[in-house]
Amino acid sequence: MNLTLKVWRQLNAKEAGKVETYNVKDISPDSSFLEMLDILNEQLINSDIEPVAFDHDCREGICGMCSLYINGEAHGPDRKVTTCQLHMRMFKDGDTITIEPFRSAGFPVVKDLVVDRSAFDRIQQAGGYVSVNTSGNTQDANAIPIPKADADKAFDAATCIGCGACVATCKNGSAMLFVSAKVSQFSLLPQGQVEKDRRVLNMVDQMDSEGFGNCTNTGACEVECPKGISLDNIARMNRDFLSASILSKDK
Amino acid sequence: MSNSGIGKTSIGRKVVMALSGLFLLVFLLQHLIINFLSVINPDAFNAASQFMGTNPFVQFLAQPILIAGVLVHFAMGVILTIKNKKARPVAYVVDNQAANSSWVSRNMIITGIMIFLFLVIHMGQFWIHEISLKFFGEQSWDKVGFVKGTEDFRYWAELHKTMGDPINASLYTLAFIFLGLHLAHGFASTFQSVGFRDKKYTPGLEKFGKAYSVLVPLLFIVIAWFHVITE
Amino acid sequence: MSVLNSNIPEGPIKDKWTNHKNNINVVNPANKRLIDVIVVGTGLAGGSAAASLAEMGYNVKAFCYQDSPRRAHSIAAQGGINAAKNYQNDGDSVYRLFYDTVKGGDYRAREANVYRLAEVSANIIDQCVAQGVPFARDYGGLLDNRSFGGVLVSRTFYAKGQTGQQLLLGAYSAMNRQINKGKIKMYNRHEMMDLVKVNGEARGIIARNLVTGEIERHSAHAVVLCTGGYGNVFFLSTNAMGSNVSAAWKAHKRGAFFANPCYTQIHPTCIPRSGEDQAKLTLMSESLRNDGRIWVPGKLEDAQAIREGKLKPTQIKEEDRDYYLERRYPAFGNLVPRDVASRAAKERCDAGFGVNQTGEAVYLDFASAIERYGKTEANIKGLDANDSKLVNELGTKVVEAKYGNLFQMYEKIADENPYKTPMKIYPAVHYTMGGIWVDYNLMTTVPGCYAAGEANFSEHGANRLGASALMQGLADGYFVLPYTIGNFLAKDIRTGEIPTDTEEFDQAEKEVKERLDFFINNKGSKSVDHFHKRLGKVMWNKVGMSRNEQGLKEAVDEIKQIREEFWKDVKVPGVSHGLNPELEKAGRVADFLELGELFAKDALHRNESCGGHFREESVEVGGEQDGEALRDDVNFRYVAAWEYKGEPSDAVLHKEQLEFNDIELKQRSYK
Repeated sequence: MNLTLKVWRQLNAKEAGKVETYNVKDISPDSSFLEMLDILNEQLINSDIEPVAFDHDCREGICGMCSLYINGEAHGPDRKVTTCQLHMRMFKDGDTITIEPFRSAGFPVVKDLVVDRSAFDRIQQAGGYVSVNTSGNTQDANAIPIPKADADKAFDAATCIGCGACVATCKNGSAMLFVSAKVSQFSLLPQGQVEKDRRVLNMVDQMDSEGFGNCTNTGACEVECPKGISLDNIARMNRDFLSASILSKDK
Repeated sequence: MSNSGIGKTSIGRKVVMALSGLFLLVFLLQHLIINFLSVINPDAFNAASQFMGTNPFVQFLAQPILIAGVLVHFAMGVILTIKNKKARPVAYVVDNQAANSSWVSRNMIITGIMIFLFLVIHMGQFWIHEISLKFFGEQSWDKVGFVKGTEDFRYWAELHKTMGDPINASLYTLAFIFLGLHLAHGFASTFQSVGFRDKKYTPGLEKFGKAYSVLVPLLFIVIAWFHVITE
Repeated sequence: MSVLNSNIPEGPIKDKWTNHKNNINVVNPANKRLIDVIVVGTGLAGGSAAASLAEMGYNVKAFCYQDSPRRAHSIAAQGGINAAKNYQNDGDSVYRLFYDTVKGGDYRAREANVYRLAEVSANIIDQCVAQGVPFARDYGGLLDNRSFGGVLVSRTFYAKGQTGQQLLLGAYSAMNRQINKGKIKMYNRHEMMDLVKVNGEARGIIARNLVTGEIERHSAHAVVLCTGGYGNVFFLSTNAMGSNVSAAWKAHKRGAFFANPCYTQIHPTCIPRSGEDQAKLTLMSESLRNDGRIWVPGKLEDAQAIREGKLKPTQIKEEDRDYYLERRYPAFGNLVPRDVASRAAKERCDAGFGVNQTGEAVYLDFASAIERYGKTEANIKGLDANDSKLVNELGTKVVEAKYGNLFQMYEKIADENPYKTPMKIYPAVHYTMGGIWVDYNLMTTVPGCYAAGEANFSEHGANRLGASALMQGLADGYFVLPYTIGNFLAKDIRTGEIPTDTEEFDQAEKEVKERLDFFINNKGSKSVDHFHKRLGKVMWNKVGMSRNEQGLKEAVDEIKQIREEFWKDVKVPGVSHGLNPELEKAGRVADFLELGELFAKDALHRNESCGGHFREESVEVGGEQDGEALRDDVNFRYVAAWEYKGEPSDAVLHKEQLEFNDIELKQRSYK
């Protein structure tokens, strides 16, 4: 396959960026999208142009490090995959592909296609945990049976990889899907009940202070989420937040 | 923790949006039912209008709440839109939003503004007239519903006259199409925003919402064109 | 007497850890506030260690090269985590887990360490559940288990095919709690560039801020390396693209012995490579071998036809298929340990039975599992168990519930539907059992420098059993290090903060900067990847699944050659003061090029076959075990710990003899 790539180049957070056009040739349809970018970079190095910086690590679709807005969609046109699992067979010979960084006030660009997603870390630090110390003396793992349906739902929420596609996709740059996934995981498990109110209030507060937009329920995040995190989680967080705001004892 | 004032949080704003929207949904149904009486039975329509127009509870409690509801819903919509624009300071060069979301869900502010503009006209045509008759007119409060100097109600006749104009009816039709688009997303969105979602009832609720967003505006349109045809 | 002191406590094996904990030095809570600890790497070992140490009161500085600690490669572990809970009542026990692990490691692990691992394994599950890790559960609401290779019980806890992710997010959440409290200072996008020693003890690191390119000095009273394995020395592996040996290698150069570098795990179930530009191999969880059956065509002409695309696997009749694992190892069948399964696949493919264009693939088939589950479901639901269409539908659903995400991943990569046609798999480099030598306290030969998780050499011997890496990482971080590190730090309660404006830090920083400047200014003609790929090819062909003296000697020479060329001709674009992924890679590949040679040297010296290390010269001849690996317990029952002396060829070998008092040394038979 021969392709024309329009790639966002930006030296650092301060400089303005712009789109550059490159051509790549003889790409195998079985290559992954990032392997195609590897080839582009090898080509750029050989012609003394600085290679395109992009985030990636596990290349198995689980670490959440890869991002990219490809032809107007987070992680590209395929569904339920991250960019590293997107394969070139999704494109046609001769296609023009536009590649941009995830864009949000909460995700400032670091360089080229690399963005800073540490806002997500800070949201988790605000309460995305169960306060339990490592002691070796916690109660037996089977002491509290958890209904399978709840355990499964908690797991489904917990599969969020924190890639930020939801924010990138949302026309409002809202982080609700991400935050609600973490809130839901703990909200559904007995271990998470004690801190339930504090957690949702603190995490939402942190989310708001990071510059993310408001959810208007377009549902785009759910469609583009590589792990298929459901809007159910957002509804659950709305519910938890409301009840915590009104009823919580430890405000 | 700064949860002083739920309305200052992102979810709080959503809830305000949802609750005001829900209130307007209910109001819309009530408005539709009374207006539809004008098609079925002019006397019933007049009686209902008389009640709504003169009942102090409706006039001095429900009406201000309704006006506030519209204003809050609209103002919050504008505030949210501005905030949301700020959340993405640099726009995408290529953005294929159609791939993952519906046009109506992404353009609530457009349909909303159109509806608001329509409301301004609508208020000018009916409400300003009512208010001026009631508070600045010559007739006493209990006579305000009658054609001056007669025992005939004026409501049906006025409605029939205004709606009977095809240009006016066309304007209303257009407005109701925007309303339908607004409701197509707004109805279900309201429930999602307050966390009212479960796989047991949400699919049914969504279907109901779709039906509501088609039927309610459609019936309003039918009413308008009924008056054109019978004029 | 060796210079190595493993510091194994006295007493019977089952009391060693308890006695040790009772007698070890402890730092009192008020004094812990005066002590800093650096943790490099935030995977299962690093994340759990950082969180636990901070909970105890130490001031922790944690470093990771990724943009968030949650992205460490532990996250990619799929199948599960072992623990001797015996919830399934199938006779599991601490001893049995200990025994399986030592045997699985082909008797090349330290008994006392493995026993301790088995002992704390149950606590890990308790801890994780308390943190809110959503393990799979049955309808009774209790934890579910599956079984993994090399064992005869079901002791593996799992969360679909994302167990590593869930465990790591558990450790990450524990870290977040401490970051929020200010007890952990987190440094994302930072790479450790060197270890700094003061008076012979590890007292800090030099780190590079990968975003700004700034070189930073960080001091502490102890340094814990949890920096993972070095499988990327093969270029193609299932490791993350950024996984590297550099932190461990820098410690090695500062005096930490490197143990058993040649022990590498080649995982049998990976998606075969598709082309030259491939940068990464993808693993399919071993759990698939619970239900999948591995086979190749029994006839050479069928294999030929399949490779040419003239025949489909589903067209080959049952009697014409060679379920070679079931044939060769009737007792364990498809669940033999990884090294055995990998070599068997290679043997069949080398003999011409491979099933993809390159001839390097075998089938992993779920047809019979789908049928079996389908029939059970049909019976449960009172439906017709002879209706094959219905059975297929029901069975597909069960398999989807168990392995759905893995099947989806396979389909995305290979563009084939694994519910309808068998998966193609081939072995790939996955895990390195070798690593920095540590004693029972997980301390390296540099006082104050600790290594945990895959970065150390300890518990898995010459071969790791499935679902044991997660267990080891968390055991080290949650339950071992927090105790043992106090033994070293107890003397430091009056030391005060370690200053960074000293000669030692000056010197280390200078060396780091010089090396970075060298890369930027070298202006050679070939990219870093060019050299990395060449290194990988030599490693895979000559130091891979099957090794011999001649090949290893060649490999030593060739790697040296590539290294020399690299330093002359490498081209690194861009600048050092800013984000520069090529510069990061250059530093990592430079270290791989040294490690690779030591790796080959270690493989050459170990003239026996054990676990993942298979020497063609050392096989059983005749009898039931004909052709199987032959271990040499007389000459090689030791840990090979290498001391750095400049060039890898000058490395000095130190032997730690392994004593087996509680397990009888036997041939590792899975027949």
